[in-house]
Formats: sequence, C-alpha cells, structure tokens
Amino acid sequence: MIGKNLKNLLRSLKRFLRPRNYNYLILFAVCNLHAALIIIEPNDNSYESIQEALLLAKPGDTVRLTGGTFYLEDSLSLDVPDVKIEGEGMDVSILEFSNQKSGAQGLLVASDNVTLQDFSVLNAKGDAIKAKGVKNISFIRVKTEWSGGPKSTNGAYGLYPVESENVLIDGCVAIGASDAGIYVGQSKNIIVKNSWAKENVAGIEIENSYYADVFNNTATENTGGILVFDLPDLPQQGGHDVRVFNNKIVGNNTDNFAPEGNIVGEVPSGTGIIIMANSNIEIFNNEIVDNGTVGIAVVSYSDEHEDENYYPHPRRVQIHNNIFKNNGRNPDYETNEMGKILYDISSGKMADIFWDGVVPFSQILFGQPRDERMIISGQDNDAFITINPIKFMLNLDNVVIKDISKFKGAINSLPPVQLNESSI
Amino acid sequence: MLVPSLLMGLDNTSLANGKIFDKLSEYGFFKDLGRQIPSDGIYPYSLKSPLFSDYTEKNRFVYVPEGASLVFHPNKVFAFPVGSVLIKTFSYENLSSDLNRQLLETRLLIHQANGWHAETYIWNSDNSDAYRSIVGATIDTQFSNDKGDIIDVRYRAPNLNQCKECHQLNKMLMPIGPKARNLDKLEKYESGYKNQLVMWHEIGWIEQQLNFIEMVNYENANNSIDARARAYLDINCAHCHIKGGSGDTTGLYLDLAETDKLHLGIMKKPVATGRASFNLRYSIVPGESNNSILLKRMESLDPGIMMPESGRALAHTEGIELIKRWIDQL
Repeated sequence: MIGKNLKNLLRSLKRFLRPRNYNYLILFAVCNLHAALIIIEPNDNSYESIQEALLLAKPGDTVRLTGGTFYLEDSLSLDVPDVKIEGEGMDVSILEFSNQKSGAQGLLVASDNVTLQDFSVLNAKGDAIKAKGVKNISFIRVKTEWSGGPKSTNGAYGLYPVESENVLIDGCVAIGASDAGIYVGQSKNIIVKNSWAKENVAGIEIENSYYADVFNNTATENTGGILVFDLPDLPQQGGHDVRVFNNKIVGNNTDNFAPEGNIVGEVPSGTGIIIMANSNIEIFNNEIVDNGTVGIAVVSYSDEHEDENYYPHPRRVQIHNNIFKNNGRNPDYETNEMGKILYDISSGKMADIFWDGVVPFSQILFGQPRDERMIISGQDNDAFITINPIKFMLNLDNVVIKDISKFKGAINSLPPVQLNESSI
Repeated sequence: MLVPSLLMGLDNTSLANGKIFDKLSEYGFFKDLGRQIPSDGIYPYSLKSPLFSDYTEKNRFVYVPEGASLVFHPNKVFAFPVGSVLIKTFSYENLSSDLNRQLLETRLLIHQANGWHAETYIWNSDNSDAYRSIVGATIDTQFSNDKGDIIDVRYRAPNLNQCKECHQLNKMLMPIGPKARNLDKLEKYESGYKNQLVMWHEIGWIEQQLNFIEMVNYENANNSIDARARAYLDINCAHCHIKGGSGDTTGLYLDLAETDKLHLGIMKKPVATGRASFNLRYSIVPGESNNSILLKRMESLDPGIMMPESGRALAHTEGIELIKRWIDQL
C-alpha cells in the first residue's frame, strides 16, 4: 500500500514539475485569489440555474455540476474567460437534451482559457459541445453521447472545437455522432489523447488544422477510426503537421450512417485511418485491427473545386511501425466508391495500406519531388497497394504496384505538439 | 409621467460608464412606457428590411448624446458615439386582456466606454414596467396573424450570450440593423413623415452625402425577386454568415456585398451540417428549391436543423416563399 502511495505521490510530483504545467499553475494561483465555486444541483429550473451561473461567472470561477441528471430544453453557453465547468464524473453529472427546444448545440463555449471536465452531454439535438474561435480550451474526461445507437438523426459532432488554438482533449468519450465523435476543425496546436470514440461515423477527425497530436486513443465500432482531412473553400485550409500514433483502431465496421451530402458519408465502413489532402503527416505505432476494408488509406480530395489556394493531394506522409492484424476481410465495395476501387484493383485481396497514387499532372510526367514522397518503414510484411498514374491514364496493364519496399526511406520524425499556454 | 433624468447633462456619462438599472422605467427613455412614447431627444427608427422575429412587432428607438455625431462606413452599421443607446421593444397584439398590445421584452444595446453592451428587460403583464433578466425568458403566448388565426408560440427572449451569437463581428458586440442602406426610408416623427437619413442629417448626426449599396424592402413585391431575396438573406442571415461572424466557419457568406456564387451557397457542399443536410448535396441548387439545403433549414423547426439557430420558434412563411421563388428562378 505504502509503496503504491509513494509511487502515486512521485507521479503527481513529476506532473507538477513538468514545465508545461508550470505556467498554468502560476496563472491559477493568481486568478484564484477571488475565485468562486458555484455549485449547482439538478432542479426544476436546471437551465436557468446553470445558464445564470455561466453568465455571472467571473474569470477564475468554477461552476460545479453535482451528480445527477440536468434536464435541459435550451442550449447552454459560456462566454466568460478563465472559467471551469466541472462535474463529478462523466457518468455522474449528466446534461440531458432529449427534450431540447432551442439552440443548435448542447453547450457552446465562446471564451478563452476554459476547462470542461468530468461531465457528459447526452442526446443534444445538434452538436453536443462546440467551442468556436477560442484559445486554450481543455476537454478533460468529458463524454458526449447519443444513446440510441448509430443513427443518421443523431447530432453531427460530439466534441467540436473549431477555429481555435491550443486545444486539449484528454480522457474523453464520444459515442454515436452522425459525423465525427471528436472533431477538431480549422484549429491550431491540438492534442487528442487517452480518449475513446465509438459508434460514430468518424471516430476522431482532424480537419483543416495545423499541428495536431492524436495518441493513446481507442477508436472502435465507428465507420472510420481516425480521419485527417482537408477541404477547399473554407476560411482555414492547407492542413499540416499531424501525428497519429499509439492508437488502437479496432473493428471500425459500422455501416456509414452519415446523412448524405456530408463528406464523411464517402468513408467506407471498415476503415482504420484516412489521410486526405494534408502535408507532413506521421502515422506510427498504431494497432490497426479487424477493420473490414482497409487499415490506412492515403488519398487526394477528388471532387471538383475552383479554389486556387487549395492543394488537394497528400504530401510528405510517413507511415512506420504500425501493427496490422486481420484488416480487409469484409470490404465495403458494393455501395462505397472508394471501397469498390480498392476491391477492384486488388481483385478482392484488400490492402493494409492504400495510396490512390494521385499527384498533380506535372508530377505524373516528371515525378514527385523527393521530399514530398510518401515513406513507409518498418511495415515490410504488410499488404500495400497503389496505382501507377501513367499506366492508369494510358490504360496499360500492371496499373497496380504492391511492392512496399519502393517507399522505404529514413523517417524524419515530426516534433511533438506544444500547447502554447504562455499565450494566455 | 417619468422624468427623463438620465438624459440630462452628466447622466449619459453614467450610461457610458456602465450604469445598468433593474427596471426599464429607471432609464427615463420613455414619456409613456406602456405606449412606447419616447422622451425628448430619443428618436424612433425603423428598418427597410427587418429581421424576422416570430411575427413580433418591433418598436425601435435611438438615443445619441447631445452634440455627438455618427461615422458612416459603407456596407457597415453607423459607428455610434459612446453613450448612445439602441432600444427595441418586441410585442404581439394582445389576445388575453383588454390591453392593446402584449409587450414581451425590450432589448438595449448601450455603447459603453469599452464597447457595446446588451441588456434584456422582460415586461410584466400590465405593461407597467419591464425588468432586467440575465438568462432571458421563455414566454409561452399566442398572437393573431394576418389571417386572424391564433398562433401559439414559445417565444424566447435571449440571454446575453445569445444576443452576442448574432450581434458579434470579429468577437466584438455590434448593432446589426442601422446601416445606411437599411435606414433609407420614411419614418413617422412628431413633426410628420421624413426620410430617416434626412432627419438624422438635420439633427446633426450624419453627413448628407452617403454612398452605399442600395437595398430594397424584401416585402415590397414591386422589386425584383433577386433584389428582394438578397435583402432578405442580408438582414436575416448575414449577421452570422459573413466573414468574422458566428457562422463564418463553413464559408457561406450571405451579405449583400458578397458576389462569389459558391460562397453565396450556389452548388456549395455542406460542411459540418450533419442531419441538417436532409440528405441533399448542396446549399442552393439553381432552379431546384426542393433540393436546396438553405431552404430546408429555413422551413425547419427542429433546433438541431433550423436557421437561424436562435431567435426563431416559428417558420417565416413569407420569407420561405420568397427564397423558394428566388432559387427556382436562378
């Protein structure tokens, strides 16, 4: 017992002394001089109680939700900086929106330096928790769920920070989103770790974002486990510097239940990871198991667009030391376009790693610049497939390349993401 | 009745410095509060194309400190001097008592020294005063529409954050309505009818010559469908769907000055739309209103789908009809 306590003490001391947390602690001490703790229990006017606390909170305050279910008909919002909303546990303090009558999400955060911790948002009519245009937002052990299983009538996003900077998602759970369970869009400096995404169309999605680390997460029973996408015609695009590592990406075989029109509707069921139109990507040390169509797919954005500032192809993608088991055994080729292409080119022998081979026309003729090429290392025995674009265009035989050794090269590891808390 | 004490001398300094009262009567904005007759120095105004707010009638008033003037920016709201107040009272024709109107709420936008500030006052049942509310209010009530039908409505008076969802531009709280193009119309003053821009010039608030994009009244069927639809989208959607607004995330920009077809939603794919896509592929498909997500979201009453996201509990039948006709003739 004593040994265990000592270990815990040492561990927390270590955490305490880490430089990254240090700024935070000082700040906390300064702000906390007059900080208030506002405690709210479920009651007949839960909406008014919580919303009033969120409106009257002062920087430094904590709004605590006790255990129990808060039944809410209107959307909550926070616009005061340096406020923490904390519950007593993600399965203990529950914001319940089944009877929601107004507001496009369960909870909206519009202010900087906000921490959300230890509560859940259940059955919101739109998105569960949205944070727009904020700096330093932390989601710690927060859960978002639609409890009726995967349905196209569920809200689009569970955890939804967008146009934000310094985003931390740690120990969260996201279940049942009809788009992405954990979605970080048009943001910068992002860490998603120790989280669990289940029964969403996309488990975790990083879109049009810069500098993201996605690690130690489990993505299971989604349509696709982890997506790193970039789309045209948006205020921030050109996604780059994303690391996806040490994740368990297991059994993502749920039929795609996204409402049509949404880009994730194009993801085949049985997908581990998709990288689309991003630069500087490193995917390593993941366990990718039992995904029926493909382990990792690296693809270009293939729809028409007229955005001159948009680059639709992935470049500088590095894939190494991932463990693949039992993927591609039940491909989604009958209804899904990407699934069908994969099935056709492999004659049904699905690959662990797929690259669509699409590059700009000049590179078809003259080759890719050396430093933009995909590198695959430490995966010598895994099934790989790509398409030779020249042969494909000229309708020649042997369009398909399966020799993974052609992509061997030295790995240039990307640096870890730093959440720049000193900018507070 | 009430002495307009605040409007004398020093007192508008206290408004600028953040003085907030618990009762609307305490500001002295009105000679007759219940009948909404403003005090001297406070002027009524109205908009050429108003925002739809669940068929409420809106009485708008503006106060500008004596001797101060406004700055004109093309395509933007006038820059009001510190100490100015915009006052807007929402009401329905009263069905349940002998009072003529049921006053619901009065919203204030006060230009304090550190920026615009929003407050909401909820009226009591005999229209004798309105009381400050932080969290807004839900008012379950009824009104009689043009055809004489009785309509039930769960009217929501917004809280401060909800005010800000629409009233923010680049994270600053801002008025939406009083742009030159939206004020260019007749208003009834004590002295008779006069164009509001002429009146504001005579008071000494603005210059005479202003260059702005003309906007029509979307309700006036003499104007072209295109001009009416663009006016409707501008005033009902563009406070969020504009660069720097709450709804800029997906690149749909609906302000009158936008010329890029894709950003106006034409053959634009949905982003972050979820089930609000109705399984459709584009915001606007020219000639096919039935396949246009934008129209479907205007029609919806589901909070996870409807647009605008807040400030509406009913569908705006006339607005829907206008946008439908516009899309079908594109």
